[in-house]
Amino acid sequence: MRDTAFGLESGPRVIVLRGRTLSVRFRLRTLIACAVFGAALVGLALVALGLGDLPLSVDEVVSAFFGGESGIARTVVVEWRLPRVLAAVIFGAALGVSGAIFQSLTRNPLASPDIIGLTAGSYAGGLVVIIVIGAGAGSATVAGGAILGGLIATALVYLLAYRRGIQGFRLIVVGIGISAMLEALSSYLVLRAKLEVAMMASVWGAGSLNPVGWAQLLPAAVVIAVVFLALGFLGGSLRQLELGDDAAKALGSRVERSRLGLIVCAVALTAVVTAAAGPIAFVALAAPQIALRLTRTAGIALVPSALLGALILLASDVVAQHVLPTVLPVGVVTVVVGGGYLIWLLVHEVRRRS
Amino acid sequence: MTPRSRLAARDLTVGYDRRVISRELSVEIPDGSFTVIVGPNACGKSTLLRALSRLLAPSAGRVVLDGRSIASYRAKDLARVLGLLPQTSLAPDGITVADLVGRGRHPHQGFMRQWSRADEDAVAAAMAATGIVELSGRRVDELSGGQRQRVWVAMVLAQQTSLVLLDEPTTFLDIAHQIDLMELFTDLNHQGTTLVAVLHDLNQAARYGTHLIAMKDGAVVAQGAPAEIVTAELVEEVFGLRCVVVPDPVTGTPSVTPIGRPRRDGRR
Amino acid sequence: MLGLGIAVAALVAAILLGVFVGSTPVSLSDVWLALTSPAGSATDLVVLDLRIPRTVAALVVGVGLGVSGALIQGLTRNPLGDPGILGVDAGAALFVAIGVVLGASTPAQYLPFAFAGALVVTALVYVIGSSGRGSADPIRLTLAGVALAAVLTGITTAMMLLDPLTFRVLRGWNAGSFVERGFDVILPALPFVVIGVVIALACARSLNAIALGDDLASSLGTRMVRTRILSVVAITLLAGAATAIAGPIGFVGLMVPHIARWIVGPDQRWIISYSVVIAPTVLLISDVIGRVILWPSDVPVGIITAFVGAPVLIHLVRRAKASAL
Repeated sequence: MRDTAFGLESGPRVIVLRGRTLSVRFRLRTLIACAVFGAALVGLALVALGLGDLPLSVDEVVSAFFGGESGIARTVVVEWRLPRVLAAVIFGAALGVSGAIFQSLTRNPLASPDIIGLTAGSYAGGLVVIIVIGAGAGSATVAGGAILGGLIATALVYLLAYRRGIQGFRLIVVGIGISAMLEALSSYLVLRAKLEVAMMASVWGAGSLNPVGWAQLLPAAVVIAVVFLALGFLGGSLRQLELGDDAAKALGSRVERSRLGLIVCAVALTAVVTAAAGPIAFVALAAPQIALRLTRTAGIALVPSALLGALILLASDVVAQHVLPTVLPVGVVTVVVGGGYLIWLLVHEVRRRS
Repeated sequence: MTPRSRLAARDLTVGYDRRVISRELSVEIPDGSFTVIVGPNACGKSTLLRALSRLLAPSAGRVVLDGRSIASYRAKDLARVLGLLPQTSLAPDGITVADLVGRGRHPHQGFMRQWSRADEDAVAAAMAATGIVELSGRRVDELSGGQRQRVWVAMVLAQQTSLVLLDEPTTFLDIAHQIDLMELFTDLNHQGTTLVAVLHDLNQAARYGTHLIAMKDGAVVAQGAPAEIVTAELVEEVFGLRCVVVPDPVTGTPSVTPIGRPRRDGRR
Repeated sequence: MLGLGIAVAALVAAILLGVFVGSTPVSLSDVWLALTSPAGSATDLVVLDLRIPRTVAALVVGVGLGVSGALIQGLTRNPLGDPGILGVDAGAALFVAIGVVLGASTPAQYLPFAFAGALVVTALVYVIGSSGRGSADPIRLTLAGVALAAVLTGITTAMMLLDPLTFRVLRGWNAGSFVERGFDVILPALPFVVIGVVIALACARSLNAIALGDDLASSLGTRMVRTRILSVVAITLLAGAATAIAGPIGFVGLMVPHIARWIVGPDQRWIISYSVVIAPTVLLISDVIGRVILWPSDVPVGIITAFVGAPVLIHLVRRAKASAL
């Protein structure tokens, strides 16, 4: 049984699905936008699976999946390229959601795990492992160092910013301070290390999907899936917190608990991605903002941010791998793409307003 | 005969950080009343309201709702019984009026029940009562201060609670809208909702309130029906203002007329 | 007046520290001899080629950073303003990378590239961040700065990862340092710093009015557009010159105006004047700490200022009542 709510006014159109006791509500534009993003994502993924030393067309990719023949196409697509494409999609979604949570909680479009000290901490943690242990450090050890560094940094930021609760502004500023110190430390470590080690560390530090195979992807994907499930329940609290602490409490939200839960989810998402692929900048910052402007939702929405994060990371990886003459770490491209789009949006806003 | 009270403060000591605002304060909100808390700036009226709504935890004593300590209620259960209009709230960027009013239904919603018929009806009724139906598709950040305030009131109304706490609900409103809102609250009160409001305007408080609580320096100086307690002596004691109290020409409730500064040669 | 005297005394003390302290011990007579009758001895070289230029560089860079920080904070009414948020660092780094590719190999040769980069980026940020009415909304300016800095940093990182030489140069550059900054680097940048300070002092009164809010400032007769443009020009010259000399050094522009304000109150004329004295002091002391802390190796000053400035920043924000940007 379908109902449209509020026939009386000309606001954003809404679809309400109502059963006997069940009712769900979607905003029409958001729904359409998400469908478009999803379709674009699938399309891009199919194209990405076809690019490389053995070029395949989209039909060939699809038949490699469902064809059943275990030819070379199937090996290439399923065993070599698929983990990387899936990683781009899943990690991108995780980063997009993580950024969305931070930006919503702090009510600041500049908030992201990058700013709260998580990225700087992960980078420093991984660097310490690489530079202290040397070029032979295994990816698992580096990942461990990255997670540890990130978590310590975030905990530090949270503790220092906590005074009768967390206020967005203070969180960001403390994050900037701690990040700056960690970046200075990292800068110093890079300066002192041998050139080859330093360059290798910087490649890792820019974030790369190169080392991600099924072994790295599966555990990360499981953690991300669990967090997404948790967010299914916490997502409502995020919207309520947008109203300010007092109003949210008055409407029945447990403010500090929800906020802590949301931050833990956001941190977990970023930590897992950083462990697998190194710190990838700007996806968490840009995806929610771009999603916000394209779907014109009030406040930050999680699903569009996830889809857009996946799109950005996948597109960046395709560019990083195939468009330039040398293979670059994907983090370099996300920064340029994400930043570039943000600039375009700012300029576009100017023209629209004036 | 003392009317029953569902909501009460018992020996409440409450404050911020190390500053104690009220010490061992006991206050009963008569059931079905339109209680108004008045007093000079920084007398503790907002603090009391925040304590009554569980936004502020007391350092001693407790707030009691329906026989239980308010701290023992689960958040959503409490929100279905007690509604609050706080002094400052934030509207998310770009949210429409209808959406914001709809947020008031949160305590009645769940994962599987995101938008029931009851929700729709409650929102429509709330918007009709506050006179903002024509604004329902507009963005909240485009509205004037007064319009925005009415949207927040509608949100609290949509919550459909039997007790409503209002912290200075008439700020930013011009006098016509102030009176509109006070009449709306009176209607609500006649329908059975218990209201507790912090008001600055003493005359409005005396005219619309059925039970007044006058506070000063964190303590209750007087409480009771306006006709009984609003006297020139009380106003001078609580506000330090010399005045004359006369019956309001329309309603007969006490109306405070200040005696200004004595000026020579009769000029204003 | 007493405050200014104390600040100057502190600066002099810092200068003395800057000249005397380091991995090679140098005494008063050594300095005197080197200045008056240089004989080419090792100590003379240390004094003339290392200590004195380094100290002078710190002075000039300090003035540039401190005053531009005060201007940014006054202009955007943002107590967290720092020259870095306008993308100066990122622009300078990118152009230095380009310079390396084109064959530049000494700080003196990087200088024009860095300065050009800083100018171009600040102009771009201002253009992107302003809403076309000549006014620049501080939030949009910051967003534009962050976005542009990110893009440029990405390109720079790509260049670094593709070429070991660029990597080596830029990892040193990014740390911010006074080492190897001789007078061939300082002198060309000096006029810009001087001009910047002059413009800053000229704008100071208008900035005081702007602090009250745009509407009130206009009604008090402030020429808003003119003040904004002049301030941005001054910020660009000062921050650009400072970064061009020494590479990106963070937090000085952020901290120093706060220290000045704490001493002397919110009058921009005094804040700027005090910043001229306090910033070099802070920078010199940081540089000296860098020489001493991991003796005998030298920690670049940009790293020290982060470790000094960040705790100050965190303390500031913990203490103040949280107010929105």
